Amino acid sequence: MIEFRQVSKQFPDGTLAVDDFSLVIPSRKTTVFVGSSGCGKTTILRMINRMIDRTSGSIEIDGEDIVGLDKVKLRRRIGYVMQNSGLLPHRKVIDNVATVPLLNGVPKKQAHARALELLDTVGLDRSLANRYPSQLSGGQQQRVGVARGLAADPNILLMDEPFGAVDPLVRAELQQELIRLQRELDKTVVFVTHDIDEAFLLGDQVVILQKGGVIVQKGSPTEILSAPANDFVADFIGATKGKRALHIDRRDGREVVLDSEGRAAGVLVDGPTGGSKDAPA
Amino acid sequence: MNWVIENLPLIGQRTLEHLALSIPPIVLSFVLSVPLGWLANRYRPSRGVLLTVLGLLYAVPSLPLLIVLPIILGTGARDSINVVVALTLYGIALMVRTTSDALGSVSSDISQSATAMGFSPWTRFWKVDLPLAGPVLLAGIRVVAVSTVSLVTVGAVLGIKSLGLLFTDGLQRNIVAEVFAGMVATIALALVIDAVLVLIGRLVMPWTRATRVAPTRRARLTAEAAAS
Repeated sequence: MIEFRQVSKQFPDGTLAVDDFSLVIPSRKTTVFVGSSGCGKTTILRMINRMIDRTSGSIEIDGEDIVGLDKVKLRRRIGYVMQNSGLLPHRKVIDNVATVPLLNGVPKKQAHARALELLDTVGLDRSLANRYPSQLSGGQQQRVGVARGLAADPNILLMDEPFGAVDPLVRAELQQELIRLQRELDKTVVFVTHDIDEAFLLGDQVVILQKGGVIVQKGSPTEILSAPANDFVADFIGATKGKRALHIDRRDGREVVLDSEGRAAGVLVDGPTGGSKDAPA
Repeated sequence: MNWVIENLPLIGQRTLEHLALSIPPIVLSFVLSVPLGWLANRYRPSRGVLLTVLGLLYAVPSLPLLIVLPIILGTGARDSINVVVALTLYGIALMVRTTSDALGSVSSDISQSATAMGFSPWTRFWKVDLPLAGPVLLAGIRVVAVSTVSLVTVGAVLGIKSLGLLFTDGLQRNIVAEVFAGMVATIALALVIDAVLVLIGRLVMPWTRATRVAPTRRARLTAEAAAS
């Protein structure tokens, strides 16, 4: 569990990026911060591994204030995946994946063996292990980035718009891959995006932010969709128009679901057993 | 031409002496430029002053410098140390700016990602920033190497042994072939050192030669990865 208590961040130039931010990020769930650029979502994310130090307030990981922890050690136990993968261009894929274990002094042979397993985990062929990042496609690089983030088997995985720079088809593939991984690995994932569809697809808890890290609304995707807190949220999630404002029309005895433009979005069928993904456990 | 054939051992001897005077300044200016370049890049206010002052070193004429250095260092006038020190200063003058620019050219995305992985600043410098600055550093040290090999000849005026002695001796005794041989040997030596540097670069920076996968092949690989 990660807990923010009245956290503020003021940059040296005077910008108040995050103002009095409080939030509990539950363990083994995916929490997504979503908002327009400049809302402070990346700043909040980077305060967790102390890439950015908060100005006031406290941030605790499992009840331990991170201010007292060594930055470098803290970062090595938190996975981090960023946009454009951030892979080290001068190291082979296998060494990139093994970065953190090697930093931690794990013997090379052992770290490499584990790195190969991780390539399997993220759906990459082992034959790519000896290539350099520049020899991979954008989607493959992003997968290597995820494998690297998982290499030290961290409890927490921070993801800063990891799929922002890949084309839509690859993005959809990577999102499905992340959902599968999360089912298998059960990490505490903190994910930043400006794409509300991505937020609803991946998030157990979605946090909608406005400038200054102000939480406009937080909850499960269902909670937010069924009761947008205000017009800003309704507008931001597109609840009033397009493919989210659906209505039912009876055609030839079947119930057809139409969007606000009157285009068919699907048909109504009996719900799957087991309930929705964010039903209370 | 006869002179050259008759004096091959002498040319060889002078070439080795020339090489022995060239290598230390090249290595020293590379090594010393790393902390200085780091300083100039890390602390922006120091950059302007540091780079200007060190850059001006190159404007100091070499002959007077070689005469003054023994007085400052307390060495003998014909001591080869003087040449090494003078040429190291020139090398630093050229190399510090390159080093600073090379370190500054490392993508901030990669630096940040390395920090996020848990590289300490020290480890990050040696294992990420410096290697990635490598190609630009190599370009810089190649200029230093060629400049150094050519400047070593100036020491001959003071009687310090190098290929430059073939110039002074040839001029005094009016042996054109000797002057010509000195020039050719100097250029050849510069080319050899340059080639060695390029080779070292290839060995220590294998990633710069990694052939990028062509788009069509890349698409196929993605398809394969998706299918597997």
